[in-house]
Amino acid sequence: MTEQGVRWTAEQVLALAPDDASRKAGGKLGGAGPWSQIGGSASGSVWGLCKGSGSNPYRTVVDLTGPAYKCSCPSRKFPCKHALGLLLLWSAEGVGEPGEAPDWAAQWLADRAAKAARTAAGATGPVDEEGARRRAERRAARIGAGVGELEQRLADLMRGGLAGQEHAGYAAWEETAARMVDAQAPGLAGRVRELGTIPSCGPGWPARMLEEAALLHLLDRAWMGVTGLPDQLAATVRSRVGLPASGEGEAVRDRWLVLAQYDSASPDGRLTTRRIWLRGLSGGRPALVLDFGPPGRPPGLALPVGLVLEAEMRFRAGSAGLRADLGERFAAAAPCTEVPAGVSTRAALEAYGAALREDPWLESWPVVLGPVVPIPGELGWQLADAEGTSALPVPLTGAGSRSRGGLWQLAALSGGGPVTVFGECGHRGFTPLTAWQPGSSEPVALS
Amino acid sequence: MGEGDEGYGEWQELVGAALLGTDRRRGGGPAGSPEALLDAAAVHAVRRRAGLRPAGARPRPEPAPRDPRPVPPEAAGHRLAQLLAGRGGPVNGGGRRGSAPDLTELLPQWLAAAGRHGYRAPDALVPALLDAARARSDLRPHALALAGTRGLWLARMNPDWRFALRGGAGGGELPDVTDPSAVERLWEEGLFAERVALLGAVRAHEPAAAPRLLATTWASERAEDRLMFLDSLRSGLSLEDESFLEAALGDRSRNVRATAAELLSALPQSALAGRMAERALACVGPEGVTPPAECDAGMLRDGVVKRPPAGRGERAWWLGQLVEAAPLSCWRERFGGLGPAEMVALPVAAAEGWTEELHAAWCRAAVRQRDPEWSRALLGPASAPPAAGPGTASLAERAKLLETLPDAERAAWVAEFIRAHGLSEAFQLLGVCVVPWAGALGRAVVDALDIAREAGSYPWSFSGVMGLAERCLDPAEAVRLEALTAAAEEPPDASPGAAAYWAEAFQRLVATLRLRAAMLSELAPA
Repeated sequence: MTEQGVRWTAEQVLALAPDDASRKAGGKLGGAGPWSQIGGSASGSVWGLCKGSGSNPYRTVVDLTGPAYKCSCPSRKFPCKHALGLLLLWSAEGVGEPGEAPDWAAQWLADRAAKAARTAAGATGPVDEEGARRRAERRAARIGAGVGELEQRLADLMRGGLAGQEHAGYAAWEETAARMVDAQAPGLAGRVRELGTIPSCGPGWPARMLEEAALLHLLDRAWMGVTGLPDQLAATVRSRVGLPASGEGEAVRDRWLVLAQYDSASPDGRLTTRRIWLRGLSGGRPALVLDFGPPGRPPGLALPVGLVLEAEMRFRAGSAGLRADLGERFAAAAPCTEVPAGVSTRAALEAYGAALREDPWLESWPVVLGPVVPIPGELGWQLADAEGTSALPVPLTGAGSRSRGGLWQLAALSGGGPVTVFGECGHRGFTPLTAWQPGSSEPVALS
Repeated sequence: MGEGDEGYGEWQELVGAALLGTDRRRGGGPAGSPEALLDAAAVHAVRRRAGLRPAGARPRPEPAPRDPRPVPPEAAGHRLAQLLAGRGGPVNGGGRRGSAPDLTELLPQWLAAAGRHGYRAPDALVPALLDAARARSDLRPHALALAGTRGLWLARMNPDWRFALRGGAGGGELPDVTDPSAVERLWEEGLFAERVALLGAVRAHEPAAAPRLLATTWASERAEDRLMFLDSLRSGLSLEDESFLEAALGDRSRNVRATAAELLSALPQSALAGRMAERALACVGPEGVTPPAECDAGMLRDGVVKRPPAGRGERAWWLGQLVEAAPLSCWRERFGGLGPAEMVALPVAAAEGWTEELHAAWCRAAVRQRDPEWSRALLGPASAPPAAGPGTASLAERAKLLETLPDAERAAWVAEFIRAHGLSEAFQLLGVCVVPWAGALGRAVVDALDIAREAGSYPWSFSGVMGLAERCLDPAEAVRLEALTAAAEEPPDASPGAAAYWAEAFQRLVATLRLRAAMLSELAPA
């Protein structure tokens, strides 16, 4: 154990990489060769000079509590390959006894500390409450108009029948989605777009389309009566429609284990969404932290699977209490040494069902499943309880499905035997994201 | 996943109504208006999702057999993950290679070294390993050995990895080769790949048993299969195979005959080698060279090809084949007790221009019979200009001759060659040297690179040798190379910017050597 806390594994470092190219480039800089004057502080930072093609070496600093990065190289990747290389070197060999940071690193670290202190002090400016209220009212009115229009559209769909949809094409729904964007209801727009894709999704589509249309209708109705709903449900409806969360959420301090992190691109490719699943090791509460990035530039927040953050998580109201923002951190992240306890397939579905009480639009619920045995199959994969009688299907296509590469990795870990799996359990099945082999506390993030 | 029966019929009715449209289904039905239909469907949708039950499990796959080998130490496992992730092609977009090591080229070394330690691959990396082996067949033997039983277990389920089940690379489960009935059954009923693997296993266990096994079904095998089976006798070839090979000289297929003849000629004590010696001795002697005047039936049967390739005289063609197949040991007596070096130096029939033909045939014979003494003589001193050498100027043939020499001698010869002639012709010769390169050889290569740098040319003229050096130099050389990584003053007549590119190339070389050293030390058991 070094003074920078328990060192991360190479996988955890590489998980920070914004893309494959950075991962490879960083990997090549992960040896002592190009580095000089490397060091680290007791407060959880590492620094070093990396020889590049120019005459001056690049100055690279990483604050491990963030993690946050600073490098004098011109790359716009974040973290850049030098920061990754430095972290890999640290992960493999450490950086020796803690010491004083050189001036160029100390300045940035001090600035960061000062900024963090300012944020914690809650430097909030004067609030124009009256203006904010009027803006909120205007937006609510526009959404209301959009909801009315959408209800019309759904009623027309029911009148004309779903049968015509198979050949109706996607354009009409795309247009409705655009209307919802105009009405400042991005949540509705997204659901409408999804709805439009269902007729081309293969057998059984009419039932799926009716289900989605009905849930969209349910959301419309809920919005119309939102003032009469209990607070939590009202907050859920607002966030599902696409309003930003209002006010500070409930803050929960715990040791948060990072269970999974993965990116997905929006259908139009204009936005990358990063989902990070965490679980409080003491309280057992799940948390979903989202971050967004434009194309080509990945989201800035990166939390490698298997790390534990001693931190405050600020939960947003609604959405079954899943959505959270990472608040203050109290220590550098360290690898976890325990495997979270798993539940049976039945309990997993029950947990999802229970969560639907608070958010009927919930697609899935985070569950640690295990011990389970993956059963590969050409038509579909299953995860079966160790007793071998009941199983959950793994969705292979559509929303929430992952690459088959990850499934084969899961099969390889299992070798036909039981494993513990973290994933999203929903009405389409269980999507595995992370797995543990029996007897190992090292999580494997499934690609 | 399933749901309770109650409500299912009702849901089907709702789907039916929605498909048809409420306009066409006035009156009756579960929900008359569009709103009522959507309301009812919403209730059903949420109820269905909230009440889901697990599905029945399908039969499980048979568990993978346990692999008793240990996994590599943690750091080595991480390294493998990195090497496998880096195999997707050059990072720099195919242009200049920069100063970072090329991970793709290090993967084979990692796999081979891990194999020597007796490790198995970490389970999580087996799919990536199989993907890598699928893309690069040169990785397959080592990759599949590391993937072991877990790899085969996966390959049986994923058609992409079928290749792992083929061939003798640890593929199928072979019967105990000491169990005659099991061997016989597989030999008679097995697929071609299984039979090749079985033959290999039998050969490895008891060389003489392989031709016996072959003989049981030889007459009924297809010609291309006979050729493949015959070819597998190359390993463990001995005089015990002679009678089988001699019979194969009468085979219906010309390719089979030629291969049988080639194998027999690699056995200097065989009857075929004796017949060839007799013919060759009649043509070549200290008094001169008289090539055969005709290609008779006996020569044809012994595998001599009658028609020369375009542009070659047929008598020279026949002569070459006779000398190539004659045991080299037959010449000493014919030349009055001279040794190979002296015979090679004789100006035999130089006037008629047969010397080159004769030496080329001796080279092929030395390679085929793996005769270091003749190879040494035919290679001549490494410092002599290649064109003036006694045997052959062809680098490819010299490389083959070198392969018959002991490791240390081979390295010393190539080092001497590089000191005398530089690197421009050394690539093929370096390719046959044992990795890591012996000290003197490594130093010769580094010195030659340094000379090229001082001469002011660009490093990419030497990218082939540079790449080899990255993979083959002893990692211990990194210390000595460190001095070369600094960008030196450009010589006055140097190509512009060459010094900086050289510095970068040496940086990459040093970085790669350090990476290899780290890689190998990580693999050492804790």
